[in-house]
Amino acid sequence: MPFLLAVVIWAVSLGLAIPFFTRTWWFPQSINEHGRQVDQQFMFTLVVTGVVFILAQAALGWVVLRFGRPRAGAANYSHGNNTMEVLWTSATAVLFIGLTIMGQRVWARVHFMGAPEGAIPIELTGQQFVWNIRYPGPDGKFGALDIKQINDQAGNPLGVDSKDPAGKDDITVPTMAVPVNKPIELRLRSKDVTHSFFVPELRLKQDTVPGMVIRIHFTAEKVGRYEIACAELCGLGHYKMRSFLDVMEQADYEKWLKEHAPQP
Amino acid sequence: MAEQAHTHEAHAHAAPTGFIRKYIFSLDHKIIGLQYYFLAVVAVIVGMFLSLLMRWHLVWPTAKIGWLETLFPAGAAGGVMTPELYLSLMTMHGTIMVFFVLTTAPQSGFGNYVLPIQIGAADMAFPVLNMLSFWITFLSFVVMIAAFFVTGGAPLSGWTAYPPLSALTETGPGQQSGQTLWILSLALFSAASLLGALNFITTTLDLRTKGLSLMRMPLTCWTWFITAILGLLAFAVLLAGGVLLIMDRVAGTSFFVPGGLVVSDKVINHSGGSPLLWQHLFWFFGHPEVYIAILPGMGVVSQVLSTFSRKPIFGYRAMVFAIIAIGALGFGVWGHHMFISGMSPYSAMAFSVLTMSIGVPSAIKTFNWIGTLWGGKIRFTSAMMFAIGFVSLFVTGGLSGIFLGQPPVDLFFHDTYFVVAHFHMIMGVASIFGMFAGTYYWFPKMFGRMMNEGLGKLHFWITFVGVYAIFTPMHYLGLFGHPRRYSEITGVNYLAKSGAGEIHLFMTIAALITVGAQLLFFFNLFWSLFKGKKAPVNPWESTTLEWTVPSPPPHDNFGGYEPVVNHGPYEYSVPGAPKDYVMQSDPAGVAATGH
Amino acid sequence: MATLVAPPKPPVTGHGGGYGDGRGGGRDGGALAIRRYKTGTWLGLGAVVMLFAAFTSAYVVRQGMSSDWRAIRLPSILWLNTAVIVVSSLTFERARRDRQSALLWLGATSILGVVFLAGQYVAWQQLRAAGVFLASNPSSSFFYLLTGAHGVHIVGGILALLYVLGKAWTVGGWVNRQAAVEATALYWHFMDGLWVYLFFLLKVGGRQ
Repeated sequence: MPFLLAVVIWAVSLGLAIPFFTRTWWFPQSINEHGRQVDQQFMFTLVVTGVVFILAQAALGWVVLRFGRPRAGAANYSHGNNTMEVLWTSATAVLFIGLTIMGQRVWARVHFMGAPEGAIPIELTGQQFVWNIRYPGPDGKFGALDIKQINDQAGNPLGVDSKDPAGKDDITVPTMAVPVNKPIELRLRSKDVTHSFFVPELRLKQDTVPGMVIRIHFTAEKVGRYEIACAELCGLGHYKMRSFLDVMEQADYEKWLKEHAPQP
Repeated sequence: MAEQAHTHEAHAHAAPTGFIRKYIFSLDHKIIGLQYYFLAVVAVIVGMFLSLLMRWHLVWPTAKIGWLETLFPAGAAGGVMTPELYLSLMTMHGTIMVFFVLTTAPQSGFGNYVLPIQIGAADMAFPVLNMLSFWITFLSFVVMIAAFFVTGGAPLSGWTAYPPLSALTETGPGQQSGQTLWILSLALFSAASLLGALNFITTTLDLRTKGLSLMRMPLTCWTWFITAILGLLAFAVLLAGGVLLIMDRVAGTSFFVPGGLVVSDKVINHSGGSPLLWQHLFWFFGHPEVYIAILPGMGVVSQVLSTFSRKPIFGYRAMVFAIIAIGALGFGVWGHHMFISGMSPYSAMAFSVLTMSIGVPSAIKTFNWIGTLWGGKIRFTSAMMFAIGFVSLFVTGGLSGIFLGQPPVDLFFHDTYFVVAHFHMIMGVASIFGMFAGTYYWFPKMFGRMMNEGLGKLHFWITFVGVYAIFTPMHYLGLFGHPRRYSEITGVNYLAKSGAGEIHLFMTIAALITVGAQLLFFFNLFWSLFKGKKAPVNPWESTTLEWTVPSPPPHDNFGGYEPVVNHGPYEYSVPGAPKDYVMQSDPAGVAATGH
Repeated sequence: MATLVAPPKPPVTGHGGGYGDGRGGGRDGGALAIRRYKTGTWLGLGAVVMLFAAFTSAYVVRQGMSSDWRAIRLPSILWLNTAVIVVSSLTFERARRDRQSALLWLGATSILGVVFLAGQYVAWQQLRAAGVFLASNPSSSFFYLLTGAHGVHIVGGILALLYVLGKAWTVGGWVNRQAAVEATALYWHFMDGLWVYLFFLLKVGGRQ
């Protein structure tokens, strides 16, 4: 019994740990500096928790094996050991809180600093169950919105006010195109319930909360097509609420803008 | 005796004779404890059944299940599950498991039965209140189940019920009366939990017998005590949130619903509310709730590990302080559920530091459990094996929390299967292992019969390997960035590429086997109830007071006598003692014990 | 049960549920019932504090972040109601101290409680007549919510008072119901203070 239990504890622990080391199942590749930093913080955490995990499970299996076998004599009569308590308390405190402080740097870069000068503004609005993406057009200004003018069929799902001249050149599309290596400032909104903008390759996730405009920024460094998922439960179509992020060369991006510009 | 009955106040109730007073509207804490326990058994069967349906749908989304249409005519027309039905099942699975299983059995079930006996009392402080708590909880369960059968079916907004999804009837099929019943049920549950918590705390503070100082209480009592304090503070806040949410739904107020919303082309007539306000109120309750679910399990595991290692618990004082620290810190970390919610990123840093601090008392507990086993003479009973399994699961589930407690890493893992793996390992399965350990350990005391140990061990082996098989792969799905609460994954390119489908298939098969193995447990439970070997007073040679009275204990537990406590709770293998355990109530001279 | 291990048998000291003094000591505690009721009531009030703390934080957050908050004119009858409930606390204290005429003063307290509730209802009616409804504005939503939630607790207090009164009337055993009286008094004074706090919050905090 002790032998079997120890072996099973070790087996399930290794079963959990091994794929993390062989990277059998792994992240999609990150496509920017921020993503690489998140990955690095993840790796630090993985090493620390991995060591603690293996040691703890190994020790558990070992005590079961060692003290589970029939033997002569009585069990040790001991109420504990204060030195040990102090030792492992301080060790875990240093380890865990140290990790947190290390991670703050990455967090600060996305959230405490605004988008760099000259970042391209793009507005992303969640709605059951599509993403609406709006570009301000050549004038660089988003037109005012009026919920009474919302009309999904007529191609105005956001209700861009027809009386506002700034809105005339706004581009509203269902997928997002961005130029490679250019900072983008996203303004996240929602029309109805809470959604969440998530692009795994960007390592970026942010809820879009009705009644709020939340700004985040990113730079994509690799050309390609990536999926935008919804990560916050938003209703029955949550699983199919998807769009695409197309990262393209500057020239292609400009061409794309022209193609999608509203016809006067 | 006559004039004593007068001063006995609420405890003066003589043993009732009629069936209804004895078993239905009973004032006896033992019967009420069993009522809670069996309510949780019914709830866990429902909750498991829902999870199997979900797992089935994830792997075979177009499968036709004939009887499903009979059960849910609207949600499964033609026997094929709709996305909205999937989300309803998910919502109800989470709600039923969290409230009616994880909150009900470990605290209200075992706590009610064992706490008064372990502290040497004849009953809880307020028996009538105790009975009321149970029946309100029962009513709450009935209302919750009723949500399945109203127009639109059960709600689909998850157990967290974020508004505006949960506040507006237009947002989905289950968001009509189903969601209203859901809130109503939780309001009732909160009220019942408040009454229960009040009763537990008063009982622990004011009814301890002679010699039972706080620092001589078994760790089980400590965990029920601290859990009750958490419940008292947390459920009041859930109740407040529920009242506000239900007013937004039925009275047209705008606490949580902002202005300018358009749902399916319909302009919503609300203004100015804050969806984040709900999240703050909900998680202020929701995070302590996690500890409400797990702390009693920790108590049971400490008791069982000490008993079957034949050793005093390692670091009793450190254990008590760790329980208190976990409880106290638990109120300062709710924001870690909201790192990506749009809350201030500065507060995220504070919440992160506090969250990681909880790792410290949790680590203390783990080390002390291993320290308890160290140097022991382990007896492998079913209860002991589940307790050891608990420690393993607690380590696994706890360490994945270290990832999620860091905002930058949580940026990726939030709302993915990594989170699902984390909380199922620790709050779900570890707590349930605590309940299994408690059941195998206290069954002889509760029913006067032994459970079958062979079946118990078989149940352990399949369940232990099974839960690892179900929840381990969810970590890898999390690495893909697989969002939770997706009713289907077909069509999601990055998931299809990485092989999520096969992993889901593996988990579904593991779930089917593991749930199947629970039939062994239920069979063992009911078979032993009638056919089990007769249990002696102290079958496990334990030390605490419940093992000094007959199995099952008489109506007032100690037959009118006062137990006197002379020893700490876990005096095993005391050198020079006649046996390898010293009961708490043994005369002081029996052996020189610590403390 | 033949297998009974003889339980320890010190003499029975005879008081509520627990043994010893209920706190791990050995004194005979005749006042245990009172203490138990008081502990329970304090804990119940702890839950009430959490409930209203949650409402208060919602109130502060909702007002602080919104642009749609319009202060409402509170009906002046609320001043009268405040006076009524403060006086009811005084009559309750009188009942506790003067056991000869306790029934009388307890009765008066109950009546004042009912008058307070009626006064609150009149305040609601006046607001409705002025066109201020539950869903009119967040400030009015909170007004109805807070007064309503407090009113429910007052109803509970009146029921407890009636229970105490009934027992005192039928059993005549005022002394035996001491625990219930102490608990009810604690609760009633707390509800009095809670109302003063809520009135202050609505009056001062409700301004924009």
